[in-house]
Amino acid sequence: MNEKKTLATTWLDGCSGCHMSLLDMDERLIDLSQQFDLVYCPLVDQKIFPPHVDITLIEGAIGNEEDLEKIHLIRERTRILVSLGDCAVTGNVSALRNPFGADAVLRRVYGEPTGTLAQVPKIGLPKLLSRVRPLHDYVHVDLFVPGCPPSADTIYTVLSELLAGRMPDLSSVAHFG
Amino acid sequence: MTATPAVKTFVIDGVDASARSEQTILSAAREHNIFIPTLCHLEGLSDVGACRLCLVEVKGARRLLPACTTRVEEGMEITCNSPRIAAYRQMTLQLLFAERNHVCAVCLANRHCELQSLATSLGMTHVEIPYRFPSLSVDISHERFTLDHNRCILCTRCIRVCSEIEGAHTWDLMGRGIQSRVITDLDQPWGESDTCTSCGKCVQVCPTGALFQKNRTGGQCCKDPSFLPYLRTMREEP
Repeated sequence: MNEKKTLATTWLDGCSGCHMSLLDMDERLIDLSQQFDLVYCPLVDQKIFPPHVDITLIEGAIGNEEDLEKIHLIRERTRILVSLGDCAVTGNVSALRNPFGADAVLRRVYGEPTGTLAQVPKIGLPKLLSRVRPLHDYVHVDLFVPGCPPSADTIYTVLSELLAGRMPDLSSVAHFG
Repeated sequence: MTATPAVKTFVIDGVDASARSEQTILSAAREHNIFIPTLCHLEGLSDVGACRLCLVEVKGARRLLPACTTRVEEGMEITCNSPRIAAYRQMTLQLLFAERNHVCAVCLANRHCELQSLATSLGMTHVEIPYRFPSLSVDISHERFTLDHNRCILCTRCIRVCSEIEGAHTWDLMGRGIQSRVITDLDQPWGESDTCTSCGKCVQVCPTGALFQKNRTGGQCCKDPSFLPYLRTMREEP
């Protein structure tokens, strides 16, 4: 019996665009899906990241304390960790706030027009880290897939190669932006 | 006494080659279809060796030499492509990306950027060096053009084209090391510059999205520096 690989995907500090690009694989997804079990994903109802996942695609950067907690847990439980898209790989748009600092962002969102932080929700929202950083600043990453978002073709190459047990070479196809 | 021969013979990536004595390693390599990446070099401008991407190995030299400012010499053994060189090119490219805020996705030059396309052609999929995320200004004071320091790699093409081709010398470099940045006139807002002729040559030669025309949206900032060799030819400059 041919054992299917387990696949997980998640988004951290990102816009979900990379997942949209993943879905843009269209009917190729049907064929691919025969080769894996989707065990964790924003699109399925699974609340806890399962142990022993073969491949995890992560979209988005590390922007708050919850992201940080998640990335360490995911790394621990994943064999091949993939940084999917520019936010995961570089910080990208999520990191645009870095030169200004987290407080400036909160002030802009919650504090106007008074400019104070009194309105910032204290409960239920994870604390922002002072800087948004790419995944590999915190954990070991096995494969980098730049792009904003990476094209459906690129994601298809990545997934089909990984499912076939090979590490895809993206050095001449992948690009930032 | 014999005159110095005008032609030099040398070995480049294992191939016997020749070039005129005033030629640089870069120009000789390109004549022989040998790839050397560059960012600050531009056909029609003087060379300054600013970007360090064209570093090559020359047998006997104690350090790597920039191909754009090193002339060919008789008997030289030049290596343009080796694992060592490739590692240095990757590192240089990563340093350029980490130094300022190059956010390709929201850059006007997206898909028309020499830095971005070099990352692809050199196989750079991520940056190991921690990003600095500096706080840098954007000068929108000029009527037609914008200067975004976040995207500037200090190649100095704008400075050279303004001085050497336009003859205005509006642009220059200020500060040292990590503080360096391009300025207009005596570090005045571009729009208040007395010397700028608004010719736009600097915008056309800029390899990234640091200089761009206003009223363009993302990905529309195509650059066309092809006027340079043409201008030089028409002016009968060497």
